[in-house]
Amino acid sequence: MVLIDDRELELLINDVFEYHGFDFSGYSRASLKRRVDRLIHLDGFKNFGELLYKVRTEPDYFKHMVEEITVNVTEMFRDPLFYKVLRNEILPIIGTKPFIRIWHAGCSTGEEVYSMAILLKEANLLHKSLLYATDINGLVLDVAKKGIFPLHMMKQYSENYMVSGGKKDFSHYYTANYGYAKFGEDLSEKMVFSQHNLVSDGSFNEFDLILCRNVLIYFDKELQEKALVLFDDSLAKLGYLALGTKETIKFSPLQMRFKQVDREKLWKKIL
Amino acid sequence: MEKDTVTPRCKVLLIGGSAGSLEVLIKILPRLTAIPTFAIVIIVHRKSSEDSTLEELIAAKTTLPVKDVEDKVVLEPGNIYVAPSDYHLLFEKNNLLSLDTSEKVNYSRPSIDVSFESAADAFGPEVAAILLSGANSDGTHGLAEIREAGGIVVIQDPESAEIPFMPRNALENVAANYILDVEGILRYIQSL
Repeated sequence: MVLIDDRELELLINDVFEYHGFDFSGYSRASLKRRVDRLIHLDGFKNFGELLYKVRTEPDYFKHMVEEITVNVTEMFRDPLFYKVLRNEILPIIGTKPFIRIWHAGCSTGEEVYSMAILLKEANLLHKSLLYATDINGLVLDVAKKGIFPLHMMKQYSENYMVSGGKKDFSHYYTANYGYAKFGEDLSEKMVFSQHNLVSDGSFNEFDLILCRNVLIYFDKELQEKALVLFDDSLAKLGYLALGTKETIKFSPLQMRFKQVDREKLWKKIL
Repeated sequence: MEKDTVTPRCKVLLIGGSAGSLEVLIKILPRLTAIPTFAIVIIVHRKSSEDSTLEELIAAKTTLPVKDVEDKVVLEPGNIYVAPSDYHLLFEKNNLLSLDTSEKVNYSRPSIDVSFESAADAFGPEVAAILLSGANSDGTHGLAEIREAGGIVVIQDPESAEIPFMPRNALENVAANYILDVEGILRYIQSL
């Protein structure tokens, strides 16, 4: 389904920066090209020129483009064994702090933020925690704030929850209504949602745990490094960085400053 | 002009398959001794959970190095790469592998089409692809793009496939360079 060529992709990246100030030049070209092709297909453009014109001239369409080309596939307790390690090994350590700050960078529609809130609640730590959840895409943040997810996903999420070591009846965390599951405000009251662009925005706080899972895969190596520097700058000493199951910091010079937790995609900042 | 300069050498051999394809791989892999000029990338449908049993099974059947595919690893000749579960595998023009968790394609992630299309776009005529047994139409579109980009298209002879739907669907829609049974596929790879 490849419709645009390399030159057109670069033209789009240039114009998006020139007209709207968003910099996609550090995004993985293989993935970005697929997303733009998908957008052209979804919105029924006859050619690349039509898309480019609309992106240049209609700010609302540009916003829609950002919403569609960023990948927003996520789930609760995604990779449940990772959550088991958080539950059993990481929370008991950061839980000794008087106050816990966590940053979900690239949180999408928030499923992993609610998963974290559940872990914290069960460890009796949620009352002294703050969960900052950010994404480049404002639309997904609106979904995340509401804490309303499709009901048909709950069977899978409940299984994930149990594999992560959850002992309760998962269904008591949400209210089912009209095909949706609404998660309680007891979980969301410690969440702060805001738009943040890992490409252009800086550090805004110091955290004990930063989760950025399956976001860096959409960046080229240079931008990955830049994001890792931002995370390093935003982590307290002995804080933890969590990445996706196929992401790593081992190619980065920053790895010297971190120690991997067993074979998990979790690194402790030691310098 | 010499022929070699007209037909670029294969730098990556993609093998895609679904139900019934593992049996073919198990027959072929032990008999491949060295692939010094190209890499093999295997994209087979697998369940979406974090496990590496497929990698372990493949590694047990070959003496070639089976690389753990993480995001942005380098694609190098001599190695076998296996598309990890729950990610699409993409190719960057600078020979890095990229992963992507976007929507499933043909009910699959990894999807064969996604990897085939991406390789066609990144490497054009330097790609060869083999589509094996399966019960799904994944792979057909990707083969068409490889063909259009000047790459080599090999389809398992449906007569020799445990589940003929996937290779048959491809044959009906794409002009294959070769239609081969399991022995033929092995000889083809050895000739690369």
